[in-house]
Amino acid sequence: MSRVLAVLEQRDGALRKVSHEVVTGARRLADAFGNSTVDALVMAAGAARGADAVGGFGADKVITLTNAAFGSYAPEGYARAIVDRVKAGGYDAVVFAASATGKDLAPRVAARLGRPLAQEVTDVAVEGGAVIAIRPVYAGKALLKIKIAGSPAVLSLRPNVFTPVQRPKAGTAETASVDGSAGRVVVKQIKAAPAGTLDVAEAPIVVSGGRGLKEPANFKVLEELAAAFGGRAAVGASRAVVDAGWRPHADQVGQTGKTVSPTLYVAVGVSGAIQHLAGMRTSKVIVAINKDKDAPIFKVADYGIVGDLFEVVPKLTEEIKKLHG
Amino acid sequence: MKIAVCIKRVPDSETRVKIASDGKSIDEAGVKFILNPYDEFAVEEALRRKEKAGAGEVVVIALGPAAAQETIRTALAMGADRGVLLQADRIPADGLQAATALAAELKAGGYDLILFGKMAIDDYNHQVGPMVAELLDLPCVTTVAHLEIENGKGTAEREIEGGVEVVEFPLPAVLTTDKGLNEPRYPALKGIMAAKKKPLDAKPTTIAAGGLDVLALMPPPERQAGKIVGEGAAAVAELVRLLREEAKVL
Repeated sequence: MSRVLAVLEQRDGALRKVSHEVVTGARRLADAFGNSTVDALVMAAGAARGADAVGGFGADKVITLTNAAFGSYAPEGYARAIVDRVKAGGYDAVVFAASATGKDLAPRVAARLGRPLAQEVTDVAVEGGAVIAIRPVYAGKALLKIKIAGSPAVLSLRPNVFTPVQRPKAGTAETASVDGSAGRVVVKQIKAAPAGTLDVAEAPIVVSGGRGLKEPANFKVLEELAAAFGGRAAVGASRAVVDAGWRPHADQVGQTGKTVSPTLYVAVGVSGAIQHLAGMRTSKVIVAINKDKDAPIFKVADYGIVGDLFEVVPKLTEEIKKLHG
Repeated sequence: MKIAVCIKRVPDSETRVKIASDGKSIDEAGVKFILNPYDEFAVEEALRRKEKAGAGEVVVIALGPAAAQETIRTALAMGADRGVLLQADRIPADGLQAATALAAELKAGGYDLILFGKMAIDDYNHQVGPMVAELLDLPCVTTVAHLEIENGKGTAEREIEGGVEVVEFPLPAVLTTDKGLNEPRYPALKGIMAAKKKPLDAKPTTIAAGGLDVLALMPPPERQAGKIVGEGAAAVAELVRLLREEAKVL
């Protein structure tokens, strides 16, 4: 029998949604091993709200490790607690989210275990008892298929790829307090973005703008379109407009920005430079709106509208509002 | 202030990836190689920290083939003092092995800061910096977009989903740099000339294969050729219908 550990994330004491994806991915891996169990692990200052729900996505057990210093992300404290659990539990795989926290935490855990790490994995399988992972490289211009020899396999899953699947398991709760300090690296504060702001890497819908917007203030039309989707959309940007200082780097999609895989990607006034296409080509559905019918973006778009974005986008916003009205 | 910057030679971001005949790597013929863009922020930050301190040394370290000397010269032309090439015929897929080789070089260096770019734009491994920190038992902050250092203590800001984390740490430390931290300088002609005379020490390095076996490097699935729904605002209603009924995403 094999055992898979899914490392969940909480913020302000509430489980982050990406945790459902981690449990879903861990469950898929456990099923591939055959006859395997999934333990879900969350570090928190006390009980983590929503942790009891992950049984629904395939966790046999939900372990909460509490420590007064675990309310915020404590890189060294978290890593120590996870490594202790992994060693004691004899796990065959440890699965993280490839989120800001997961991508920081997974290398620390892997190094302490003396194990290799596959970050930003988009597919998993088991062949001959070994974990096989697919991960995009060169910003998605190629896919690398790797075999993780030995145990445990340590991997992080790209957000938005492992769509949560209901797979009810017992989800038995276990809580244990952990000794020790947060470590030398301490999160003092989180400066929150305005309420309801989604990250482009995690949003199910991304509306991206490029040079075709003409000036920074015109991003208002994209913000209005994003808002019409009722809190499910984030506004992204091309490298050209980020380099020009119109939009923050956090919003950049492409090889030197974020690689995104939303359900719907709407590229507005984005020509489609190779490094931008690399960052969004794994989106499930791509819509392009551009006045240049020969723009490369149309070659990857499922649906295109050739036209003036300042006429097309407000009309689209109006139609989406009707749907959600 | 003594600062190490670990850099990597990578294919230019505009490169069209062609799979080599071994089916496991890229065909490097005609590929232009550059200093990894995220490492430029690390080099720039190191130079600014040294300039601010008024004294110190910036050492750039690269793991890679002999051709990575050129990448080191780029950083020297920006203003770094000397370079070290850990010369290996290949860089393993397993980031822990790269981290092990770098940590061995860094260990006795007496560095106040060890900087990395947050990731390399080729392998997207996103791990060597924090792994080096673990191997050397140093505090580490990744994806730093703002940095203040005073009296042996640092405050860094890093972007997280929906906000910014403000993190405190003691020096010496390992940091990985994100875009937004600074605006990297272009090497001036004078710097390029000076870089040719700066010390660059090449050390033959053996890297263990590690625990990741590359089975294949594959092109991503081709996207089906899409359709132009129409022109202008008049096409919007049809687009929305297709998104609802055909693509089923609304």
